[in-house]
Amino acid sequence: MESASNPYGVDISQAMILERVALADWLLVFPVALPLLTAAILVMMRRHPNLHAPISLGVIGVVLFSNVVLLARVLDDGPFAMTMGRWLPPFGITFVADTLGVLLAATAALVALVCALFGSTTINATGKRYGFYPFLMLLMTGVGGSFLTGDIFNLYVWFEVFLISSFGLLILGSERAQLDGAFKYAILNLVATTLFLIATGLLYGVFGTLNMADIALKSEALRGEGPLMMLATLYLVAFGMKAAAFPLHFWLPASYHTPRLVVGALFGALLTKVGVYALLRTLFVLLPQEGGALSGVIAVVAVLTMVFGAIGALAQADIRRIMGYVVISGIGIMMAGLALGNEVGLAGTVLYAVHSMLVMAALYLLVALMRQVGGSYSLADLGGLYRLHPLLAAIALLLVLSAAGLPPGSGLWPKVMLVKSALDGGAGWIAFAILLSGLLTTLALGRVFALAFWRPRAGGSMAETVALDRTGMFALGILMIPILWIGLYPEPVLAMANAAAASLLDPVGYSLLVLPAGGGS
Amino acid sequence: MRTLILRTIAPYLSALMMIFSVFVLLRGHNDPGGGFIGGLLAASAFAIYGIASGVASARRAMRFHPMAIAGSGLAMSVLAGLASILFGVPFMTGLWAPPIPGIGFEVSSVLFFDLGVYLVVLGAVTSIALALEERDEE
Amino acid sequence: MIETALSVLVGIFFAVAVYLLLSKHTIRIMLGVVVLGNAANLSIFTAGRLTREVPPVIPPDLYVPEIATANPLPQALVLTAIVISFSLFAFLLVLAWRAYQDLDTDNTEEMRLAEPKNDPLPPLSY
Repeated sequence: MESASNPYGVDISQAMILERVALADWLLVFPVALPLLTAAILVMMRRHPNLHAPISLGVIGVVLFSNVVLLARVLDDGPFAMTMGRWLPPFGITFVADTLGVLLAATAALVALVCALFGSTTINATGKRYGFYPFLMLLMTGVGGSFLTGDIFNLYVWFEVFLISSFGLLILGSERAQLDGAFKYAILNLVATTLFLIATGLLYGVFGTLNMADIALKSEALRGEGPLMMLATLYLVAFGMKAAAFPLHFWLPASYHTPRLVVGALFGALLTKVGVYALLRTLFVLLPQEGGALSGVIAVVAVLTMVFGAIGALAQADIRRIMGYVVISGIGIMMAGLALGNEVGLAGTVLYAVHSMLVMAALYLLVALMRQVGGSYSLADLGGLYRLHPLLAAIALLLVLSAAGLPPGSGLWPKVMLVKSALDGGAGWIAFAILLSGLLTTLALGRVFALAFWRPRAGGSMAETVALDRTGMFALGILMIPILWIGLYPEPVLAMANAAAASLLDPVGYSLLVLPAGGGS
Repeated sequence: MRTLILRTIAPYLSALMMIFSVFVLLRGHNDPGGGFIGGLLAASAFAIYGIASGVASARRAMRFHPMAIAGSGLAMSVLAGLASILFGVPFMTGLWAPPIPGIGFEVSSVLFFDLGVYLVVLGAVTSIALALEERDEE
Repeated sequence: MIETALSVLVGIFFAVAVYLLLSKHTIRIMLGVVVLGNAANLSIFTAGRLTREVPPVIPPDLYVPEIATANPLPQALVLTAIVISFSLFAFLLVLAWRAYQDLDTDNTEEMRLAEPKNDPLPPLSY
């Protein structure tokens, strides 16, 4: 294919993409490029903090829309890829839209939209001047990039992008407790990403490539030669730490309750799930056999994470810290699907990740609203909120049921799938642990509801009604729609989760879609 | 640190370093150099100026807030990548303008990307350096 | 040969980093983080094969390099990692300094503001 426009007179079709890129393919870049551009513009507009919220809301809206269109296209036509700078994969950095990545990216964009809306009234002018919205956009860039990239080193870069923006968000306000929490968060997450970096460097030494699809194809041939088991273990430790899996979870309860609650909502919804996503990618697509060999370890870790998370939630009196432990418990349930490793289990993990993003964000926002109304975070002081705000109480009840995995919330179906998968796979103890952690979570969150909402206010005196932040209530209401939708009519999301699980179990199929040899171009 | 010698030399030294940083930036496509190292040179120019003449005058010399400069650089880099949407080639593809004789470098989207990196590094490093110098002055 | 020597060096770096990270004092932990980052970079560099210093630049009249050149990719990876770890470390240093000033301690065992030691248990009944 000699091109007339090629001044060198050599055949460059072996190395470069020569055909025009369809405009529709650009949707794949928007979820990363637009937030990055917006972050840059917002930093330049530091004297106009009032404009930050509307601009961010508009851009996140566009990102959410492009993610939804992307999702529709992937569901209709299957995954597709775009490679930067015209270099054919595996040389160029590839972005891949497949069901798993785009489904999680779309959910993340929805959560970010809600948090941007919630932050517009709860983050004061100082917080905005210190860069809440630029950091939020940078966080979205990192999270979106992590879900959409098809290159393992690029994944590391996106991890660092959202890590550094999470530092900025974590110390927004510079309170003493925040400095304490942020120090532990920063050190332990830095160690985790350094382990990720080491594993990636060694992986490059073994494979000679960083493209995930290329690695997936080569891992079969290199088995027995390279130290693949060590790579898988390193990835498990690094991402297990990022995902806050027992026994590497201690940074999470130390830090997640210290920042503003809307930041807690973002962190609880997004950051740990990126760790789970990276575990799915590395242990199932890149190194499937090694991931399978580790399933015993993952099962033990999963069970301990979910049970200890729930027990930790039971031991707290501060509702913010309860939520931190509920996040951990959910990570254990997602890892159970990884340990089971069959299609039903993985679909349960994907569905639980979507559910957990929505519900954890909603729970943190609920805590913020409870604080507005009740004036405290402590279960010892809160009370009588049902009398003050019946609507908030109704939402709280739905969220408690959903987080515990009871109908009509979104938590029911993924847990049903995971329990069924565990029983079918002969791992009754995992099924028992899932049910036990569900019971303990019900107790912990049910106690929050009983004490804060149901119990009459201490002293019997009726506190004066505090006007609820309407924008915040509206933002929480937006989140309730998908939560109830998944709970009552799970088929569409279930189909997506099944498709994602099926593609995870077929790494070669994934590779052939990305690499040009099988791409049909 | 505000000795007479440094105060006299610093403006010239800073100006020289700024010129050199642009030189390093422009030769960076095919030779050692580029936006990152150029930005570091420019940041050290402002840092030296800040040490010699005080942080306030260094900030005045920059005209814009360092973080705003970094933001503009980030925006320029992203836009340089997005420019390829108009030519039907993938994101971040290098686009080259027809050579302009006599200027000694080629105008391209790669150059604008590098210029963006230059500004990001300049802004971010200067903002840290000036903040630390401010602490010393107190 | 030189790979073996470098691997041993990487091992020493990791040992030092782990020792420092396990310390109670924030400043030692910070030093541990720096050494850990350097260990990671050095291990990437070693894993990417060591070659003689032939720059991977193709002469103007050729399309492929004449002789085997150094692999630029590990160097690009290390450079990226250095830049990232440098910026993260700059942040961490400021954070540790602020924490030391505000919390009046560099001993992590006394840094219990976020998780106070005698946090009350939740009420057992109404």
